[in-house]
Amino acid sequence: MAATIKPGESYGFFTDTSICIGCKACEVACKEWNQLEGNEPKFLADSYDNTGQLDDQNWRHVKFIDDVPAQSADAGNGKAFLMMSDVCKHCKHASCMDVCPTGAIIRTEFDTVFIQQDACNGCRNCIAACPYSVISLNPKTGTAHKCTLCYDRLQGGLQPACAKACPTQSIQFGLLGDLHTAADNRLASLHSQGITQAQLYGRDDTVYGGLNAFFLLMDKPETYGLPNADNAKLPTRNDVGGYLAALVTAVIGVIAGIVAFRRRGTS
Amino acid sequence: MVSLAATFGRGAMTNHWRDIKNADLILINGANPAEAHPVGFQWFMRAKLDRGAKIIHADPRFTRTSAVADTYLRIRTGTDVAYFGGLINHVLQGNLYQADYVLNYTNASFIVKQEFGFTDGLFSGYSAPKRTYDISSWSYETGSNGFANRDMTLQHPRSVFQLMKAHYSRYTPEMVSSITGIPVDEFNKVAELVGQMGKPDKVMTIVYAVGLTHHTTGGQLIRSGAVLQLLLGNMGLPGGGMNAERGHANIQGNTDHAISWELLPGYMKIPAPGQKTVDDYVAASALKKSDPNSWNFFGTNYRKFMVSLLKGWYGSAATKANEFAFDYVPKPGQNSSWMSIFDQALKGAMQGVILSGMTAASIGPDSNQVQQALANLKWLVVMDALPTTSSEFWHAPGVDPSQVKTEVFMLPTTHWIEKDGSFTNSGRWAQWKDQVLPPQGQARHDHWILADIFSRVKTLYTQQGGKFPDPIMHMTLDYKDPLKPELDEIAKEINGKDLATGKQMTSFALLKDDGTTTAGDWIYTGSYPDTGNLMKRRDGIQNPSTNDPTGMGFYPGWAWSWPLNRRVLYNRASADLNGQPWDPKRPGITWTGTKWTGDVPDYPPTMDPHDPKAYLPFIMNGEGVGRLFSNGMVDGPFPEHYEPIESPVANPLHSTNSASPVAFLYDQVAGRPNRFGTVTDFPYIATSYRLTEHEHYVTQHVPHLVQLQPEPFVEIPSELAQTKGIKTGDKVRVSSKRGKVEVKAVVTKRLGALTVAGQKVFQIGIPIHWGYVGIPADADPDHGRYWLANALTPFVGDANSRTPEFKAFLVNLEKM
Repeated sequence: MAATIKPGESYGFFTDTSICIGCKACEVACKEWNQLEGNEPKFLADSYDNTGQLDDQNWRHVKFIDDVPAQSADAGNGKAFLMMSDVCKHCKHASCMDVCPTGAIIRTEFDTVFIQQDACNGCRNCIAACPYSVISLNPKTGTAHKCTLCYDRLQGGLQPACAKACPTQSIQFGLLGDLHTAADNRLASLHSQGITQAQLYGRDDTVYGGLNAFFLLMDKPETYGLPNADNAKLPTRNDVGGYLAALVTAVIGVIAGIVAFRRRGTS
Repeated sequence: MVSLAATFGRGAMTNHWRDIKNADLILINGANPAEAHPVGFQWFMRAKLDRGAKIIHADPRFTRTSAVADTYLRIRTGTDVAYFGGLINHVLQGNLYQADYVLNYTNASFIVKQEFGFTDGLFSGYSAPKRTYDISSWSYETGSNGFANRDMTLQHPRSVFQLMKAHYSRYTPEMVSSITGIPVDEFNKVAELVGQMGKPDKVMTIVYAVGLTHHTTGGQLIRSGAVLQLLLGNMGLPGGGMNAERGHANIQGNTDHAISWELLPGYMKIPAPGQKTVDDYVAASALKKSDPNSWNFFGTNYRKFMVSLLKGWYGSAATKANEFAFDYVPKPGQNSSWMSIFDQALKGAMQGVILSGMTAASIGPDSNQVQQALANLKWLVVMDALPTTSSEFWHAPGVDPSQVKTEVFMLPTTHWIEKDGSFTNSGRWAQWKDQVLPPQGQARHDHWILADIFSRVKTLYTQQGGKFPDPIMHMTLDYKDPLKPELDEIAKEINGKDLATGKQMTSFALLKDDGTTTAGDWIYTGSYPDTGNLMKRRDGIQNPSTNDPTGMGFYPGWAWSWPLNRRVLYNRASADLNGQPWDPKRPGITWTGTKWTGDVPDYPPTMDPHDPKAYLPFIMNGEGVGRLFSNGMVDGPFPEHYEPIESPVANPLHSTNSASPVAFLYDQVAGRPNRFGTVTDFPYIATSYRLTEHEHYVTQHVPHLVQLQPEPFVEIPSELAQTKGIKTGDKVRVSSKRGKVEVKAVVTKRLGALTVAGQKVFQIGIPIHWGYVGIPADADPDHGRYWLANALTPFVGDANSRTPEFKAFLVNLEKM
């Protein structure tokens, strides 16, 4: 990690799932530091995951993809039983920020996306807009909550709690440039070992303009429930093609509706 | 721990956590370090990331460790002797062992007595009625000098080498596969990798935990790995070793300080009935020198350590004239291990029990029977920070409190976070910690409670007299406040002092047997000299170039490691006969011509290896070398595969002696019915274990951790679940001959079928963390009535240590 944490620089997380051991220390450290109570205990019948999703009480969430081949085999090394510590991506193109009517959601001096609690009016626009379902409303405060990338710790010169607690350095915090280099090296190493399915997610600008919290995945993004680069784009005012396609769809819909009603009338 | 002592001389992890980063190949057996030791697991990942080390995980379950290993082998629980035996055979048949090491640093060349033999699963000396061995034939043929005869060509048919080769020739890949369920081609691939580790510049580590220990063959499961490591020349080297991962933060400290009934502090034996003098005791306990070049350090100094211990305990009451009060020390006439205590309670032979820091009702085995035992006491004292299943057993669901006569006392104690003191980790580092929070409520430190009770007992002796008061009245309690000893004072006392000068001892090498020195635990002598408590040192990664001068990760200024701050045990064996490292890139210690440098040498610091009288490398053994063949075990000098007591198949090697012939059968010996199930009624193999989200039973009180794993469950292979119509989340009943659990199912392909002795078998996984106490039980309508995993496990243990067979038993499975 960076020797000192300086305002004006870009910071983020590199989460390397190839060495994640699913211990959930990140989940607990996050709750401890951010004083999150967590949800009512509930058995979710989904492998070892009983957290379920990212929400106002869970700012880190370890996903388990329980897919071991039936036969005993050399199935390790990220080829089976995948684990991934999910978190707010701190997108470059942050839709939550775009739709926030009060300006509560800001990009901080550390280039992270932060919800200012005292300016949030609880309108839920950001919840609907987030493509990763990261945000939810805390019923006690009536405001939207998500990972702050430990804004308070960064201001105090400390790395985020999850990265600090991660025993295998699967979660690395640092300057985005340094993290990009580390990720590129790790990917090259895995590829040279023949683990060709390993890929980076959000390291370049193809996913929502680039993610400050990006990942090394051991399978395609869809396996982890993440939108791939083809889908990870925000609608924009200048997307003429998109508008035209929507228009065509709408016209077809209207015609189909008229046809359907007419048939119903004649039968 | 017994098996490591029987092989190398000391019962402890030979290397340390950080050292795992130095390995080329990591074998993990009977362990799940990613889940049970996530922080230590960073060093496995560093080995993988920084040097491309390969990890091979052999386990009944595909776990979070398997997920980041390079190779996973699905192995039947309790069959690791066959796995390691097959690897030993591969190494011997292919001449892949490190020849110089085996010849000079092991007892391969020692000649075994003519009377020794092994037939149809039994070693020589077996008595069927007693279910024990007379081990006198498991020893060396001696010459006129009294030392063992050796054949340095290794050709003598009774040399350890040839006997071993014959013994393991039965462990062919096909036999290994038939026993373990590992397909032959997968076993061969692993054997190929392991076989390369006999080269001097290749180093493999074996990491294990209670997945090996918790069997009736536990000691031998571990020893089979240790034998393999000796053959490959991997003992004593950085990145090598036989590495036991201990289950609690301080379980190594417990073992060091004689938590086991058969030991005194520092792995000295408990005295036996009939021993009248210290000399009697030493003659019966200390190892004898069996080679002229053996230092036999432990055996030679046994008397000094014992006398110093007695002086520490009894002070001026211990004199030369009264044999240093040797008669004060209890000399138990019968086994007093964990199961034996509750066996005695069942028989009505126990008045009361004090439980501190563990809950007998949960930790089992055979929890229902243990609860009967608790109900058979007059009184039970539970010292714990929070309610436990033992403090609450008298009103557990299904129990009528009016029928429980036991009076139960709950003494609230401080949590470790509310006191200072040391934790000794698996790698033998004693690390001092501070008190973080003040004690809450009426909680008192455990050691203050014990001091108070002791003081009251002493008062009763003073007032009322009694039989043999001396051991009580003369006990040294040299603390500022004997009712409230500080842990710092106790640490100083354990280190020991020179009674003539009053100075703290700096090394156990300076201890004397004339009553002028003390040592509360000789292996910790040197941890607390006059300069201060070395366990507090923290010269770590803030400055690696200064604090880790060799770059091997020893960090000698970080805390303190027994013995004498040595980081890798048996490190003389990391260098060749000339004192130069086998692998120059991985030096342990190196002979410079005048002294040994590197780690703290496990050897005299200035002994020239070229001196014809130079000591052999394994200084704690009578032989001076590592023991491929050992009479330190009661169930065989070579590890042999025996089936678990409850097994779905007969032993493919020798069906007439299928299970361990010497495992102690408590129920049978006590005249109670043997409650072992057969495959007809209980067709599935079960194994119990922990999850990363919980720490044994205590975290049932921690909301954030309960959220992560909120309810008990069992893991069921999907193929088996399909045939029974079970889906994840369904409630199931798992039953054994002894009891049942009724919990939810997690159906997974991480568990699967195995073909064993031609039959298809399934293994079921049973996490242990739940019971009738804690947040989940409080939320359950039945209050966790059938949640104790150990209701299923058998009341039987290893012949050496009596460790229960928690990891292999038979069950039935029904959808509810």
